[in-house]
Amino acid sequence: MLLIWNLEYESMSRPRLTELQLKRLREIVAKVYAKVPYYRRKMEEAGIKPEDIRSLDDLVHLPFTTKEDLRENYPFGLFAVPMEEVVRIHASSGTTGKMTVVGYTRNDIKVWAQVMARTLACAGGTANDRIQVAYGYGLFTGGLGVHYGAEMMGATVIPISGGNTRRQIQIMKDFATTILACTPSYALYLAEGAAEEGIDPRELPLRAGIFGAEPWSVNMRREIEEKLGITAIDIYGLSEVIGPGVASECLEQNGLHVFEDHFLVEVVDPGTGKQLPPGEKGELVFTTLTKEAFPVIRYRTRDISILYPEPCACGRTMTRMHRILGRTDDMLIIRGVNVFPTQIESALLEIGETEPHYMLVVDRQKKLDELEVWVEVSEELFSDEVRKMENLESRIRQKIESSLGIGVRVKLVEPKTIPRSEGKAKRVVDRRDIYG
Amino acid sequence: MVKLKQISVFLENKSGRLSELTRVLGEHEINIRALSIADTEDFGILRLIVNDPEKAWKVLKERGFTVSGTRIIAVEIPDVPGGLAGVLEILEAHAINIEYIYAFVGQRRGNAVVVFRVEDIDNAVKILQEKGFHLLDGEEIY
Repeated sequence: MLLIWNLEYESMSRPRLTELQLKRLREIVAKVYAKVPYYRRKMEEAGIKPEDIRSLDDLVHLPFTTKEDLRENYPFGLFAVPMEEVVRIHASSGTTGKMTVVGYTRNDIKVWAQVMARTLACAGGTANDRIQVAYGYGLFTGGLGVHYGAEMMGATVIPISGGNTRRQIQIMKDFATTILACTPSYALYLAEGAAEEGIDPRELPLRAGIFGAEPWSVNMRREIEEKLGITAIDIYGLSEVIGPGVASECLEQNGLHVFEDHFLVEVVDPGTGKQLPPGEKGELVFTTLTKEAFPVIRYRTRDISILYPEPCACGRTMTRMHRILGRTDDMLIIRGVNVFPTQIESALLEIGETEPHYMLVVDRQKKLDELEVWVEVSEELFSDEVRKMENLESRIRQKIESSLGIGVRVKLVEPKTIPRSEGKAKRVVDRRDIYG
Repeated sequence: MVKLKQISVFLENKSGRLSELTRVLGEHEINIRALSIADTEDFGILRLIVNDPEKAWKVLKERGFTVSGTRIIAVEIPDVPGGLAGVLEILEAHAINIEYIYAFVGQRRGNAVVVFRVEDIDNAVKILQEKGFHLLDGEEIY
């Protein structure tokens, strides 16, 4: 019998869960109304008061919260507790170089560890496991998120963080890692790295992986499972909601269970904002039900998915969401980092380009995501000396790298090489087969 | 006027671009007097001396090429061993930095013709003319 970490909650009957969600929703709405002026103003503009929330159906009357709202309140404007109660800050990159900042109280950290422990249990994890956390540690929520959940579960944490492939493999072998946590593309990269070292990962004790922070395909999952000889579990999370641990697949591998007692989930039509019934494809929207420092009300994730409320064979009753099917905006996730084309644009403007024409080409080279930025050479940028052109190339590269925080390759191209449709340039070519 | 007009064109390293460019020039009756290509892994820079630089600039731009104009000098050099070295030594002695050089195809009055792109073009003209070198005039080219 496999362990369900919080059996009482994760297999709660729908009526009881609804009751719990409603109680928590009313509390959180009352709280943000009282504590966060921005939410109060938006609710007043929408003509809704906390006491108007009488059932979960009333959720649709609450205004959405968007990435722009978070940016407008940079850095701490949406915090619902005084800073002395905030014990942790995390942040992720945003569209204009301004980060999205989130905060946690001591209790938020505990809840986060709980949902991450559930996630690990979903992957069959127990206190006997050795969990290699190869997500980055730092402002990014991946590393520390998994870390605290694994510790709460009582597993042995190997906090190696990202990078240094050779050492990852060495440790995986010597420490007899049983569960790997990283991005799916890095998992494949590790598999190839191991092969180069003459190690067959299938013969190692590694038996499961929890992979997220990046969209991936069914084919990629199959490849990872085959090459590493493990069960690959898809996990979902975003810092605005809590970080990793918002939803996770169980060993049935048939959709991700949303931990609904903490995160109220809806799917809406990205165009009209109208709530869609289960089974229909749309944008995921989350309301945090228990977060103290940084609650969000109806947060628009821009991630596309479908909800399946039917109970699962694993025993959990929590709604499942389909593996992410795409984005409503042009954001790219490259090696776990959010990349917006507009960030490239501002970097080019800084270089002195007045009307930059550029395109982002993403590919999965050697199993790792590579970003190539094509920049059309205008007359302002063009010099007939190779040295100056190479210098331009490297200035553009450095500018973009310092803004994105990831390595890129810059390619200078001739004018009008970048396809334009109806006068508008196509900004992104994603050659990764992630939705197959 | 001995400071001649050179046309430079940005070319991506992809097949057919150079032939397209030369075809455009040919269609407009523009004759290439000298050319060089500097290339890197991804792109190349084509430098051209043509009989009608203004027209070349215009037609290439119309066809979507990134074009720029640069002033260069074309120096007649005795077509004998050590001929080029003689010019380079003079420029070096006067601390005139050379960005690049390339040669015209064929001889002129039995001499070779070499294109110089230098940092201080006015000074280079003065010094080379003082030393008795013939710098090609626009009228001899265009």
